[in-house]
Amino acid sequence: MSLQVTDLKVYYRTLAGDVRALDGATFSIGDGEIMGLAGESGCGKSTLGNSLIRLDGRMKYVGGNVNLDGADVPIWDKQAMIPFRFREVSVVPQYAMSAMNPTRKIGLMVRELIESRGMAFRDINVELERRIDVVGLDQSVLKRYPIELSGGMKQRMVMVISTLLNPSLLIADEITSALDVSTQRAVAETLVSFRDHGFVKSMMVITHDVSILYQIADSILIMYAGKLAEKASTTTIIQRALHPYTQMLVASLPEVGVRYADKKLTGIPGSPPSLLTPPTGCRFRARCPLAFAKCAEEPPFVEVEPDHSVACWKVAGPNA
Amino acid sequence: MSSSTQADTKSVPVQSADGPTPVARKPRGEFIFFALRSKKFIFSVSLLSFLVLLAIVGPLIDGTDPLAQNLTVNTPPSIDPGYWFGTTTFGEDVFAQFVNGLRATFFVGLLGGGLAAVIGMGIGFAAGYKGGWVDEVLNMVTNVFLVIPTLAVLIVISSYLQQRGVLFEAIFVGLTAWPWAARAIRAQTFSLRSRDFIDLARLSGRRGLKIIVLEIAPNMSSYLMLTFILLFGNAILIAASLDFIGLGPTGGMSLGLMMFNSVTWAALLLGIWWWFIPPGIGIMATVGALYVMNVGLDEIFNPKLREL
Amino acid sequence: MLSLKRISKSYKVGTFGGKDFLAVRDVSFDINEGEVVSLIGESGSGKTTVGKMVLKLIEITHGAIVLDGVDVASVKGADLKQYYRSVQGVFQDPFSSYNPIFKADRVFGMLQSEYFPDMARSEWNDKIEAALRAVTLEPDQVLGKYPHQLSGGQLQRLLVARALLLDLKILVADEIISMLDASTRIDVLNLLAELKARGMGILFITHDLSLGNYISEKTVILRRGVIVEMGATQKVFGNPTHPYTRMLISSVPQLHKKWAQIEAELAAPIAGRGGCLFHEAYPLAGRTHDGASDDPTMAKIEDDHFVGCFELESEKISRVA
Repeated sequence: MSLQVTDLKVYYRTLAGDVRALDGATFSIGDGEIMGLAGESGCGKSTLGNSLIRLDGRMKYVGGNVNLDGADVPIWDKQAMIPFRFREVSVVPQYAMSAMNPTRKIGLMVRELIESRGMAFRDINVELERRIDVVGLDQSVLKRYPIELSGGMKQRMVMVISTLLNPSLLIADEITSALDVSTQRAVAETLVSFRDHGFVKSMMVITHDVSILYQIADSILIMYAGKLAEKASTTTIIQRALHPYTQMLVASLPEVGVRYADKKLTGIPGSPPSLLTPPTGCRFRARCPLAFAKCAEEPPFVEVEPDHSVACWKVAGPNA
Repeated sequence: MSSSTQADTKSVPVQSADGPTPVARKPRGEFIFFALRSKKFIFSVSLLSFLVLLAIVGPLIDGTDPLAQNLTVNTPPSIDPGYWFGTTTFGEDVFAQFVNGLRATFFVGLLGGGLAAVIGMGIGFAAGYKGGWVDEVLNMVTNVFLVIPTLAVLIVISSYLQQRGVLFEAIFVGLTAWPWAARAIRAQTFSLRSRDFIDLARLSGRRGLKIIVLEIAPNMSSYLMLTFILLFGNAILIAASLDFIGLGPTGGMSLGLMMFNSVTWAALLLGIWWWFIPPGIGIMATVGALYVMNVGLDEIFNPKLREL
Repeated sequence: MLSLKRISKSYKVGTFGGKDFLAVRDVSFDINEGEVVSLIGESGSGKTTVGKMVLKLIEITHGAIVLDGVDVASVKGADLKQYYRSVQGVFQDPFSSYNPIFKADRVFGMLQSEYFPDMARSEWNDKIEAALRAVTLEPDQVLGKYPHQLSGGQLQRLLVARALLLDLKILVADEIISMLDASTRIDVLNLLAELKARGMGILFITHDLSLGNYISEKTVILRRGVIVEMGATQKVFGNPTHPYTRMLISSVPQLHKKWAQIEAELAAPIAGRGGCLFHEAYPLAGRTHDGASDDPTMAKIEDDHFVGCFELESEKISRVA
């Protein structure tokens, strides 16, 4: 499968005007690739992930193109998206654990979901049971209510349900955030196993936790204030990041083994700009220690090495 | 009892999948903006204002004693002074009865509703904030009042009290209508009580009553307003129903009493429609306006219910 | 300075409150001046309960809390108010800690009306400004604003500034940075380190081991209300002995080592020992920590490093719930 996103712009309508949450994203995901989408709150990563599968009432599609396996995905049209959702593109939403209907037994809920797609439950029954085994749950989970399951179990169940029809692209939105460290690892490894088993072709893993991405992602895309900052393979991002924001972000992460007494970490002073009236030019300019005159112009997101794109004048050169 | 499960979403950082928070607006300005846009609110406030005006000004325009029986009986409405709404079987001026009745109705609603609100808030806050055995005891009291057969009690009382005024009716309604308000306020207080800012107030050396008055009640102000409006409307309705079956005040006039009289004297059969239609519409309009205002205010206060 | 001695908290559960649920059992540790103690645990471990007991927001069922030699386990009323001059807390959700309908600096005003009612306005304002600067906040950027106009990091620092207005000895920080962005987290953490350098004792409650490792002198690992391992941070992380600690460390996603590698490094069993180290030292101690007896709860492995019973309620410690 291949996903190609070109200049995608999605804004939010508010009383005060349009919030430019996602302002021109261009990237691609290859077959079998797990791409991590990381950034801080308000950077637009949830908007990007959600816009690929649904636009909720407050989102406004402004421009851009999404192409999945050669076919254009009509993300602006709710009706036209229906055949895509769940079959081609699927999502494990944020707070998925609370996404299951508390008054339905899980098996019944899955049945209703399948039948609403015009398929017969018995056709996927066997596959469903197989996948429940793969994630390490017991078959009896289908007869239980969501409240009887722990957070990690619910998360894995939602992952099974979301990938039942073998979608090409899976969007996992903050699926490890509310979990304990031990369950986080289990859920993250389950995600990788889905790709390895062929249930899903490629994934977009949205999270703020870069260290989880180091463990499971093949490549990482860093976003800042609605724009793409850097995209490269995981090791490159962690060890040889070029964009100043990425470098400072990675440097601010405490790690087991690093102590304050030995090495004091620093954060990034300041805060992200308002997306209602974003600054012209590079959006990181106000907080960037390397900012210079050219940064008053917006840097394009260009490939500076094979498979390594950055949006920074300093890195790409002023004539990029 | 705190049992944190893994589903406790508290450990998720503030990434809102539902989009960024809009630019901050002053809360008061926002209220007025939405209030003026809400058709329900404007309509109900206008209607209520008109009725209140009528209740205040009406008896001054038509100074006739509502119980004076000196007009021509059973006259349909006409523009002749004293006959705007026609007359009853006894020659009473229906318009005078109507506006006086409106006054009494509002009085009962305000006093009865107000009393119920005060009791409901007192019990609701105490039970919700304290929890434990205080909550248990107050719950029991609430339940007792809920199951009291108010009608039966009123019948018994009325057989002892031959003279009953509007004040009595208002107090009776107030003393029996509060349980649901207490329940609702208790539930809200419970949920607010576990918020961190209450803990912070405790860490600042504040306790009990001060916290309820200074932290919890202001946070629930819109909810309390809505509760009062509902109690007001309910009190009017209950009073009208009691009047309608003859358990109302023995003197004076009220809309329910008008309807009671009209039924007793077979106004329906005799076609004296001007005797019961105005009070019926009056009650309907008042209570209806209050309920619509309630819904309108709910939409104004709750951003999730607003349409953009 | 602050000493917890066999703290326990039980709740009544079941119909008619028949059964007892022990959320916290026999927890004992000390917080000294100029020291950060990390209390690490997953959800359900009881760490927040311990924090709230130290803050006296929850009643203690058994045990003693000794502040500077005085047992404060059951203080109330004016004594409690006095206690809060020395012990304060900051919570996880910055937006929930402020009453949303009032301005953020109302939290300062609350302190003034309760603790400094006679202080002159100008003196109070100076005090506030000093506290704000100590937490690296600009007064004109944060005063007079509503909570929703400020960021999570600013709100958390405002709460720390509030705590500094009193003569604070102990600060309980309950997951205070888990809801902040990565770039602001480290600033708040460094702030805690500065406070520690000025002599404050901090109880740092978290589920994130890397944070605990970064900032604390002592680490206490809590599981299901019981301490499983505790001691100097470097010893606990450098030589994790309890199976639960080892499992936790192996699950933390690190930036330079994959999980498989971390696990391989930890897999080597402690030389020569297969059984429960605690029961090797105290063979007659109860199987589970009952809280009733004076049985020791922790065994010393090395200087400043203790471990509890390896198997709790004969449950295998597995990774996944």
